[in-house]
Amino acid sequence: MAGLTRRDTLLSGTAALIGAATLPLIGAHAADLDVPTADVKSPDFKAESGATLRVLRPAKFVDPDEVLFRANTKKFSDQTGIPVRVDFVGWEDVQPQTAVAANTGAGPDIIIGFGSAPQIYANKLIQMNDLAEYLGAKYGGWHQLAQIYSCRWGTQDWLAIPMGGSGGASVYRVSWLKEAGYDSIPNDHAGFLEMATKLKKNNHPIGFALGHAVGDGNGFANWLLWSFGASLTDEKGKVSLDSKETIAALNYARELYPQMIEGTLSWGDPSNNKAFAAGDISLTFNGVSIYYVAKNSSDPKLQAIAADTNHQVPPLGMAKKSPSSSLVVNAMAFRHTKYPNACKEYLRFMMEAPQYAPWLAGCLGYWSNSLKAYGKMAFWDADPKLKPYIDSMDTPYYDSYKGPISAASSAVAANYTLVDMFASVATGNATPEAAVKTAARQAARYLKG
Amino acid sequence: MDATTGELILEWKPRRRHSRISRLFDWKPFLVALCMLPTAGLLLIFLTYPLGLGLWLSLTDTTIGQPGEYIGLDNFTSLFSDPVFWGAVWYTIFYTAVATVGKFLLGLWLALLLNHHIPFKAFIRAIVLLPWIVPTVLSAIAWWWIYDPQFSIVSFVLVDVLHWRSHYIDFLGSPWSARWSLIVANIWRGIPFVAITLLAGLQTISPSLYEAALLDGASSWQKFRRITVPLLMPILSVALTLSVLFTFSDFQLVYAITRGGPFNSTHLMATLAFQRAIPGSQLGEGAAIAVSMIPFLLVATLVCFFGVGRRKWQQGSDND
Repeated sequence: MAGLTRRDTLLSGTAALIGAATLPLIGAHAADLDVPTADVKSPDFKAESGATLRVLRPAKFVDPDEVLFRANTKKFSDQTGIPVRVDFVGWEDVQPQTAVAANTGAGPDIIIGFGSAPQIYANKLIQMNDLAEYLGAKYGGWHQLAQIYSCRWGTQDWLAIPMGGSGGASVYRVSWLKEAGYDSIPNDHAGFLEMATKLKKNNHPIGFALGHAVGDGNGFANWLLWSFGASLTDEKGKVSLDSKETIAALNYARELYPQMIEGTLSWGDPSNNKAFAAGDISLTFNGVSIYYVAKNSSDPKLQAIAADTNHQVPPLGMAKKSPSSSLVVNAMAFRHTKYPNACKEYLRFMMEAPQYAPWLAGCLGYWSNSLKAYGKMAFWDADPKLKPYIDSMDTPYYDSYKGPISAASSAVAANYTLVDMFASVATGNATPEAAVKTAARQAARYLKG
Repeated sequence: MDATTGELILEWKPRRRHSRISRLFDWKPFLVALCMLPTAGLLLIFLTYPLGLGLWLSLTDTTIGQPGEYIGLDNFTSLFSDPVFWGAVWYTIFYTAVATVGKFLLGLWLALLLNHHIPFKAFIRAIVLLPWIVPTVLSAIAWWWIYDPQFSIVSFVLVDVLHWRSHYIDFLGSPWSARWSLIVANIWRGIPFVAITLLAGLQTISPSLYEAALLDGASSWQKFRRITVPLLMPILSVALTLSVLFTFSDFQLVYAITRGGPFNSTHLMATLAFQRAIPGSQLGEGAAIAVSMIPFLLVATLVCFFGVGRRKWQQGSDND
């Protein structure tokens, strides 16, 4: 962790000092489209003769995701003569198929998997230092979350190439916030609570999932925790939930809950999307999907909602950077592949501007860039409402913050330990002190107590 | 060449060739083993192996992606001190008991109604089966909408159409209302199975028994109590056993509607086992929860069979 912190500090320090204008100054030039790049010599990955590749990745989010990914792959095959087969599998199948490939030493050469996979299968993967360092140098560096998920824990060794992340932001109705006297969402807890109270009074309550919703429930619980400076574990992975910061977050949840729409205790992942689209709530945390669906709908009612919708980074509270994480997709090349160089060359090709830029732009914010330079593309300006998603991966927060990423931390999220802790206190079914102790005990069943 | 020699050779050769195979096939143990092989193979591959693997996994600390090591009964001892596990055990028993009673009372009532001559009898019987025919996941999603805190049809009718209430009902928003809501959905789904099974049983009861009772001046209740119930018992015990097993190992309704929430109050053992094993990656612990269901299922089956389905009922004889 120490190494990582040093690197993080270095990166954020550099970014703060030099700012956005850095890239052109260090000798960058406009590459394909409008991505500023530095002049860096491309590593020469000589693909093995007779190489063929099989790639497995999660199913598309939106049509362009698959269409452009396939087009880029075809371009690679045309240029190099290396046939590549890409299989798109359902999201829930990615994890088991990764496990099978890792354990049997057979199957796809490259798997584009989720979150913690590179850490779990670290010893089965080809190290990517040369490629990651080249890409980082050329495209303005990697976002913090990309390094956290893709470098072997506590080192600078790249286990995978982070291709992007799907992040969350506050999604809100502009006119209803204006009606309550706000042009933007307050960044402090007290201000946010006051705004929620006013919105509820105007019959436009906010709504966050407190039920067993894997993405949204855990996302809201993590926001509460991180924005109060609390964390599930300490740097060593020991459960550190039982703290005064967590108690403060729980007390805040108890105050915020009455200002929310009724029924959030039973909300699943699609519930906030449905409630927002029906005009029942004025604000929630979500990916770009609510806006995307409304904007592309033929229903004038939904189009009107899209016109009245905007996004903002979730309220920071006591955090310095967005207290929310992203679902990161990592490209892993397995040691069982017969063509490691071809794998690297394929990934290099896919991450370079002529391919990556149109793919990212086509996905319209569904994926956020892992390399900083791609955040400077003009398409983000074409629809300013997408801007809060540009820096989704510019955050130090991840699922098992602050401890090491492991299968155990995924188990805590899958068991809704944090969601249930907040839900039980918010509804008055448990005191903050009792709830935090129960949750810490549950978490310690998997993590170190 | 004379005919006798030829005959001898002809008789001898086929007998020699025939005897080896025929002797093997005449050997009873071989024949039995051969006939049982396909079934035994299927059972071994699709039943014994998964069950054995589940038992073995429950004794290891296997996670998805990492082969585990043997840890004895550690999973079970850790579960015994886990309140979420005991909550799931308690709710599974409660859910099974209440839903089964509900299904049998309503199912029997429906079966008695359907046993009468009513217009469009065949059509109505087919309709009754619908909840059973529809894939559970689909009906679960329908119930999920019915119980939705914002879009419930029940709340819509009560609040916006009839104006009987001012607020939408939060069916799944507190532990007890969520528990009862799930039980109602389960009863709805289970009634057709009970009703149709009992209806089949009712139709096997000879009308002459009712005629005799009528001549003796028996009341409707007496006819039900003395003729219908005893003669229905054999099929009732089978239906009860199956129904208890289905309900105890229910997964889809709860997983689709609440996923065990709010705060783990509606977890069944099956949903908790899945949650811990697959999304939570802890295969060993999930397997231990699944294995813990076996004793409960055995007891439930034995109670149904020996408690309700006593031999005298199964054979339709007297108390003697």
